[in-house]
Amino acid sequence: MWLFILSDTLTFSAMLLAYSYIRLANPGWPRPFEIYPAIAKSTTMTIILLFSSLTMVLGVAAAHRNDRKAAVRWLLFTALGGLAFVVLHTTEWINLFHEGYTPWSTPQGMPLFGATFFGITGLHMLHVTIGVIYLLVMAWGYGSEKFDADDVEVSGLYWHFVDLVWMFVFPMIYLMSIKL
Amino acid sequence: MSTNANGSEGHAVGSTRLFLIVWVWLVAITGFEVFLGYERLEPQLMLALLVALSLVKAALIVSYFMHLRYEKLSLVLILVPPAIFCICMILIFFFPDSWRLMQMRLQG
Repeated sequence: MWLFILSDTLTFSAMLLAYSYIRLANPGWPRPFEIYPAIAKSTTMTIILLFSSLTMVLGVAAAHRNDRKAAVRWLLFTALGGLAFVVLHTTEWINLFHEGYTPWSTPQGMPLFGATFFGITGLHMLHVTIGVIYLLVMAWGYGSEKFDADDVEVSGLYWHFVDLVWMFVFPMIYLMSIKL
Repeated sequence: MSTNANGSEGHAVGSTRLFLIVWVWLVAITGFEVFLGYERLEPQLMLALLVALSLVKAALIVSYFMHLRYEKLSLVLILVPPAIFCICMILIFFFPDSWRLMQMRLQG
């Protein structure tokens, strides 16, 4: 899992660097993220994801205490947090679609924005979705004693990494949406 | 299992209290980043601050939540230097040109 995380780190850092570079190279880069609702919403999403990391860590700790019931409960809370993140993010995407931002076009005629923004956030959302499924499988498997505490710990590594990636996506794409 | 419940051996982890403290720090830093979004700072200063703060958050998550801090040193050495090295290699290609573009933008 650590090696997967290392390679994924490089994928995301390359994508974010490419995004920043393309952004600098194109005057008139779209800035659709107003303080309200986009920043407010993405801040909420950030807090939710951080919160799910906390429940994950408590779940792993419970698993190491051999407290299966508590661990499964924390895992389910974590999956719920991830689900809330995906739902909020989807509503944000739908808003952007309505404003004319799609992966292949923007109102300003800057398809690069759509491609990079939806590419990066989409890849991250895919990670979160897979993470939710992973956690649900883990909650079921650990609850029925198919998996042990170490398996829960590895799923925790994955989940914290998804959180960590968002800690870079959020400032680089949303908060840096300022006039250059 | 009960022997390593409190960080005495193996990869046992911190206490709930420690996790809460780390978590509060993470939320506080996020709050500060959002606050920076309201302030209209110079883009370069803003970018530098945001990246620095995000790196601090990443370090907190990796070392406490992913408890890399409690792992063997060899694992840290396998993971951290290659990541830094590869990201620097990517930056070598991006950075000079980005810097030039940014200067041009600020003058124009």
